[in-house]
Amino acid sequence: MGKRVGLEVSLAVAEAVKLANVDVVSAYPITPQTHIVEELSVYVASGELDAEFIPVESEHSAMSAALGAAAAGARVYTATASQGLALMHEILFIVSGMRMPMVMTVANRALSAPISIWNDHGDIMAERDIGWIQIFAENGQEALDLTLCAFKIAEDKRVLLPMIVNIDGFTLSHVIEPVIIPDHAEVDAFLPPYQPVLKLDTQNPVTFGPVGVPEVYTEARKQLEQAVIGAKPVVDEVLAGFGAAFDRQYKLVEQNGKIGAKTLFVTMGSLGETCMTAVDELMAEGQDAGQTRIRLWRPFPEEEFLAACAGAEKLVVIDRALSPGAVCGPVASELKSLFYGRPGAPEIINVIAGLGGRDVTVREFKEMFALAGSGKLSGNYMMWGVESHAS
Amino acid sequence: MSKQAIMAWEDLALGTAILSPGNAKELRTGDWRSLKPKLDEEKCIKCSLCAMYCPEFCISVDAEGFYRPDFYYCKGCGVCANECPKDAITMGKEGE
Amino acid sequence: MLRDVDLSGYEKVTAKNIPWEKFITSGHRACQGCAEVLAMGMVMKAAGPETIVCNATGCMEIITSPFPQSAWTVPWLHVAFENAAAVASGVESATRALERKGKLKKRPKIIAFAGDGGTADIGLQALSGALERGHDFVYVCLDNEAYMNTGIQRSSSTPYGAMTTTSPPGKKSIGQRTWKKNMAMIAAAHEIPYVATASPAYHLDLFNKVKKALAVEGPAYLHIFATCPTGWRSDPAKSVELCRLAVQSKVFPLYEVVGGQYIITQKVKKPKPVTDYFKLQRRFRHLTPDAVEYIQSRVDEEYARLEAFEKATAPLEEVAEPPTEG
Ligand SMILES: Cc1ncc(C[n+]2csc(CCOP(=O)(O)OP(=O)(O)O)c2C)c(N)n1
Ligand code: SF4
Ligand code: SF4
Ligand code: SF4
Ligand SMILES: [Mg+2]
Repeated sequence: MGKRVGLEVSLAVAEAVKLANVDVVSAYPITPQTHIVEELSVYVASGELDAEFIPVESEHSAMSAALGAAAAGARVYTATASQGLALMHEILFIVSGMRMPMVMTVANRALSAPISIWNDHGDIMAERDIGWIQIFAENGQEALDLTLCAFKIAEDKRVLLPMIVNIDGFTLSHVIEPVIIPDHAEVDAFLPPYQPVLKLDTQNPVTFGPVGVPEVYTEARKQLEQAVIGAKPVVDEVLAGFGAAFDRQYKLVEQNGKIGAKTLFVTMGSLGETCMTAVDELMAEGQDAGQTRIRLWRPFPEEEFLAACAGAEKLVVIDRALSPGAVCGPVASELKSLFYGRPGAPEIINVIAGLGGRDVTVREFKEMFALAGSGKLSGNYMMWGVESHAS
Repeated sequence: MSKQAIMAWEDLALGTAILSPGNAKELRTGDWRSLKPKLDEEKCIKCSLCAMYCPEFCISVDAEGFYRPDFYYCKGCGVCANECPKDAITMGKEGE
Repeated sequence: MLRDVDLSGYEKVTAKNIPWEKFITSGHRACQGCAEVLAMGMVMKAAGPETIVCNATGCMEIITSPFPQSAWTVPWLHVAFENAAAVASGVESATRALERKGKLKKRPKIIAFAGDGGTADIGLQALSGALERGHDFVYVCLDNEAYMNTGIQRSSSTPYGAMTTTSPPGKKSIGQRTWKKNMAMIAAAHEIPYVATASPAYHLDLFNKVKKALAVEGPAYLHIFATCPTGWRSDPAKSVELCRLAVQSKVFPLYEVVGGQYIITQKVKKPKPVTDYFKLQRRFRHLTPDAVEYIQSRVDEEYARLEAFEKATAPLEEVAEPPTEG
């Protein structure tokens, strides 16, 4: 039934990767992801994990080697953040386009300049179109559990796509939390060995990565699009199966606070937990407040999100990334297109907050709520907490 | 379906892989040829060097031991004629 | 620096056991007289069917794989331009893990192919990493001395003085202003078991180098010279002759570095002048006699240096007695 321990979340993720019996880990150090792969290299060195650890010379090579290993039929894991994720950018599209399952943890961190090792979602928001399944964990247990689920989802014959599990850098990756580590046998029962559909095999040679002439490129992209869209029910199914096996339930979109509230916060990642406290306090104060937490980001869970927001008049959407010169932040932009033209669509208020490790406190969430209620949060978006002579 | 497409997306192999190895051999690159190698059997010593250096890998040995190009592929580059130690190959205009 | 290299698995190729079976089919789309595809085909003949190929973006990838046709009869993987070595290291690590876990009977051979641009320029970091980490694979640089796939731009492997579309000669330029990067020696500086230069015009030499590269445990690097008639503005019929002339003029010497020991495999006793090699190519046609003279002297110097390396790294005839005190 597993054992309950106090563990740094990075190490909990490493535990999950070990429990998944990966064959190859290919990774390059970058804060705040390093503890995960350091721990994995220790497991490999001690023999606790029978895998090849490739200490590559860059993230570009980390992803390239991961792709090579996946193509050869291995179960593959890597982790990165920020500049490292940006350096992988080119290859990320190729991994999904070639339908190579693998799992990557992104310990979300701001992008330079100025260089910042602290948390926001600028890194992953620059990778929205890579064709990977992308999910966000809010706490340590979830980080471990979703990592296990990610292998099962990615390798499902109906999916066969790479998957990213996002954990907020430092605010989640480096905190010590109580987590239940499942037994190896339980995990083996949940996650069967990987059976690749196509692989580099001298007995059955295939050509991977041919030139996509104009007469096939559109169809190739269609195949990818359908795989990503089609992954949603599988994610749902795997999370439900995990819940049945381990008694921890995860949904694509979560709700808390008052169900059917007129004003809802929309969050993604660990800031959701702070927001939850704020919502609880607001409710205790008699306010009409609720919260919708997006767990699955790609494919976007449209129906689930719409259902979770039914009846809401205002959404206060928190974006932890700035898209300079855009109409609004990336999450808000997604939601505005989702609601466009729908009768009774709520007003979408977009707050860009928590950039580069800037704290967003319970009090601040409550301030946002008050401002939203008084109509003072208007315009396409607002950058929260910016020190300025104008303010 | 768009006239420009090779096939429906549903029929593509996973990740647009090609599952029929070596099917480029269907391609008639011989159409590119404007010069054609001609073998003088009298001069040929059957040394195989022409086959060794043919960039199309299209020269093979026949029943009599002569090395002959497959004109389905031969692009008429003239490497074989240039490399033949006995000048047994001459390049002539295609179709003459 | 010298170390033992286990070549026990190496079978010598002679005129009697030439490998003829091809693993790149006819019907590929290389230009007429392309020596790069010729070289790659030769490497594959020596390697055989139990081989996985990782191919960088470039001419060879383009001409062998336009969907829905593939010229490859072995498993083949193309990912991007700069990462063939990294991709190969992933394939190698996977086959190691899977073999150990009983999911793969026997590790196949792994070969990465890339052009000179994909090797000496954009792929140098990934290559250095893969060589340094010691993966058991063979990296083959197919050197046609420019970025041909994108239209004959210069690379760091383009020879001094050559005309390319980004090193055009003009009033203020001789053409390529820099000397060719010595990629084989850079690979050798990683102290990997086996490094060699090769040329398709010396087919037995090439076959044997491929066999040795595959036989050693750990990384091996082959740098193969390959005429590109399209980019060099040369007669396609002269492609193999140019490969030969480059060796005979000492412009591209053939040697191997086995465990740190340099061995010149084609000694050039009576070198031809570089002009014999230049005059068949329009990329050198603008060169002045002064420029040619400079090139000739530097070519000679570099060959002499290579001979000095050979001498300096040759095994000692007798092991000297350790010096005694006093
Ligand atoms: C990251 C990236 N930059 C640039 C390119 C464009 N590109 C494709 S192939 C190539 C040149 C290839 O040159 P080389 O490696 O020498 O191979 P060749 O075509 O000469 O055989 C370039 C610049 C690319 N595909 N990817
Ligand atoms: S190279 Fe010349 S002599 Fe040798 S087999 Fe070919 S045609 Fe005959
Ligand atoms: S002309 Fe060129 S392609 Fe044709 S057979 Fe001779 S070498 Fe091969
Ligand atoms: S451009 Fe040069 S290297 Fe590329 S296919 Fe043509 S001849 Fe070969
Ligand atoms: Mg090149």
